[in-house]
Amino acid sequence: MLVHTALNRAEQVARHWARGGCPVVIHVDKMVPKPTYDAFVASLADVPSVLFSKRHRCEWGTWGLVAASQDASELMLERFEEVRHVYLASGSCLPLRPVDELVEYLAQRPRTDFIESATTADVPWTVGGLDQERFTLHFPFSWRKHRYLFDRFVELQRMVGYKRIIPNGLVPHMGSQWWCLTRQTLSAILQDPDRHKYDSYFKRVWIPDESYFQTLARLYSTNIESRSLTLSKFDFQGKPHIFYDDHLQLLRRSDCFIARKIWPHADRLYEAFLTDPDRAMSRQEPNPGKIDRIFAKAVDRRTRGRPGLYMQSRFPNYGWENGVTAGKYSVFQGFSELFHDFETWLSRATGAQVHGHLYGPKRAEFAGGQTVINGALSDNAKLRDANPKAFLTNLLWNTRGERQCFQYGPHDNPKINWHMSRDPNAQISVISGAWAVPLFQSNANFADLRAEAAALQKIESRMLDELRSPDVKARVRIWTMAEFIESPMEPLQVIIDEIGQKSLRRLAEAPRMENLTGFGQFLQNLKNQGMHPYLMGDFPVDPAPRNARSSKRKPYLIKK
Amino acid sequence: MGAWQSYKLRLRRRRWRIRAFRKRRELRPVANRASDVRPSDLLVFSTMRNEGVRLPYFLKYYRDMGVNHFFMVDNDSTDGSLDYLARQPDVSVWTTRASYKRSRFGVDWMNWLLMKYGHDHWCLTVDPDELFLYPFCDTRPLRALTDWLDASSIKSFSAMLLDMYPKGRMDQQPYQAGQNPLDIASWFDAGNYTVQRNPEMGNLWIQGGPRARVFFADKPMLAPALNKVPLVRWDRRYAYVSSTHNLLPRGLNLVYDEWGGEKASGILLHTKFLSTFSEKAEEELTRGQHYGASREYIAYADAVKDNPDLWCKWSEKYINWRQLEILGLMSKGNWA
Repeated sequence: MLVHTALNRAEQVARHWARGGCPVVIHVDKMVPKPTYDAFVASLADVPSVLFSKRHRCEWGTWGLVAASQDASELMLERFEEVRHVYLASGSCLPLRPVDELVEYLAQRPRTDFIESATTADVPWTVGGLDQERFTLHFPFSWRKHRYLFDRFVELQRMVGYKRIIPNGLVPHMGSQWWCLTRQTLSAILQDPDRHKYDSYFKRVWIPDESYFQTLARLYSTNIESRSLTLSKFDFQGKPHIFYDDHLQLLRRSDCFIARKIWPHADRLYEAFLTDPDRAMSRQEPNPGKIDRIFAKAVDRRTRGRPGLYMQSRFPNYGWENGVTAGKYSVFQGFSELFHDFETWLSRATGAQVHGHLYGPKRAEFAGGQTVINGALSDNAKLRDANPKAFLTNLLWNTRGERQCFQYGPHDNPKINWHMSRDPNAQISVISGAWAVPLFQSNANFADLRAEAAALQKIESRMLDELRSPDVKARVRIWTMAEFIESPMEPLQVIIDEIGQKSLRRLAEAPRMENLTGFGQFLQNLKNQGMHPYLMGDFPVDPAPRNARSSKRKPYLIKK
Repeated sequence: MGAWQSYKLRLRRRRWRIRAFRKRRELRPVANRASDVRPSDLLVFSTMRNEGVRLPYFLKYYRDMGVNHFFMVDNDSTDGSLDYLARQPDVSVWTTRASYKRSRFGVDWMNWLLMKYGHDHWCLTVDPDELFLYPFCDTRPLRALTDWLDASSIKSFSAMLLDMYPKGRMDQQPYQAGQNPLDIASWFDAGNYTVQRNPEMGNLWIQGGPRARVFFADKPMLAPALNKVPLVRWDRRYAYVSSTHNLLPRGLNLVYDEWGGEKASGILLHTKFLSTFSEKAEEELTRGQHYGASREYIAYADAVKDNPDLWCKWSEKYINWRQLEILGLMSKGNWA
């Protein structure tokens, strides 16, 4: 048992093992002050089967840890003849199942070595990107204390092309440092005539405690089971997750023999597992799989986060959002101008939440005329325009699980356009030039109309440029108005299908289009005034004379 | 960041520290029990004025969390809170009649006490109306968090200010000493916060919540900042700059992940909006001792007269930290 802090917990666990009939050899880190160490030794003096081995200085990732395990193992093998399996544990390990269950389990597998041991090429869990290289380079500088020197020296060796020679017959393996080896294998490693050669090699390897026994066991063991009997979960930086009182039920269900590492103040855990007399726990193969999910999720949260969330501890740089927004949404430009009742129609056709112009100049026109919406998001235009992007991401975060649709146009705050167009969650559909329809219907002075049309056309043209930029990630569809009214149902059907909320029935009902009689003439008037509207495509000045049937407009009806 | 900017920030930090050192003379110790503090103790630092009614619950809340000692500055209270604090066995209290404004809203006093007593401790700097929440706070003591932060080599821990408010008029339910303020002010805004980066100090600037929604809707840029870094493994070379919103050296402000992940973070439940609020707002307005020419209180002034209802249909009722985690207001990060 390797110990460096929380000696009282180590004492408790050592007594537990001794009570179960297992001798214990404890190695205490040399960093522990002498008086503390002496007191610790004295506190265990009444247990004859607990011994202390020679102390080494154990800094993380250094040879000291291996030397400590070697000395302790030698002492163990020498002093306790009857020992068949040696289990390397730490002071913050906690046995989860009764000792005799472990004894019995090992007794049934007298020739098996439990040591996680994989070739470096095949495992992805190395920190710092050094896998094979940890066996072929020199590491004179501490990774923790002198990271800069460490990195530079590695670079230098790479540049020069320096490589250490791996001693004959060794194939580097790595794995968890907490193993359980048979007397046969362990003594073979410790008594190897070449041990001196191996030791001096591994002394210069980086993190030898993860590779020394893992590599040498491959030389001697007849039956390696490459897994650790110790349950330990690692976070994204390669440091072990800590178990607390609230993990009690989780650990009970884990079926593993030993867990690491335990928070020293987790009184309930120590109480439950060290003194719990009932042995009703299931006798089955250890199976840490049940805990995996919760810790895998923690790593995922720390490295990838929740898509579309911006908050005090997650504020991704541009391009690193892992989802600019929290959910898919649809933006419609020009539709509510061209169709009379587009919004109600759309919400009927898709079941989605359909807002008006969210970025409208006066207020955010939330669905149903609300002034505040999910998450207490206000419709105040000033609040919204102080940070238009946050408004959008907040809205989509607050309404996760419900498809959002809203109208947009050249009247609205243009700052959001680029944010939407680079968002893969956005589905943007534009009928260009449709802003002219309300102008056409309005009763304003023509000079004013002309000025406004010119301004809107300029803004929309800039918006379209953004939507056509090569960096756009949104699903963008742009029709000129002339194109669209040729056959409005087809594009509508495509858009609705993509939103995909309702069944795949064909649309039975179309939104009602505004009456466009005279629109061509209106555009011509604008042209005559020197303002050429081009975004809406080509409209004939006078659509009437085709067979002169002034038909009554009917709603579209398309059958299957 | 260039060397020049870094040098400027260093000068600035030194200036705040010298200022804190000078301001120490304004503080008169009433009960100094700092000698009781053991090396591993968790400390709370706080400035207050006339918060007597909140103190019993405040002290209990943080004692239950595992805080070992409180360092308090009483700014000329008239409600007997000084005597009350002096009687507590785990509180060291100083008093001052000096200007709150000229101590940069208490920051100089806090910096001085932190410098003197906080070195090498985990220090939580909170106001008496702020209740700190962190992931797993219902099952793990504060020491579990600080141990984990130590093990992860993290020196500062963020906790956004979350304004809590009651449903209905603020003066409807009078607050009694010792009562959990969350029983009354149990509602909050879940998703109207905006985040920006402050390029100079590296911290995030968060605004929003009910104060922005109701009081600052017409001038959103002036809405109060909600980002805070209250829990820091203090070193005597550190200094808070503007309240606990940010501090120097600026690496301590990097409490957020920039590459898509989430770091662990907590919440400060801000229980300002209780029955005591209107009285307090009136007093603060006449004293004119608050930040930005007390504009926050001026903004409240009109609204406060008729005890506004901050509650709206989409207000969320507080349940526990897990709810806030799911809503994305705080995060467990990789602490599991």
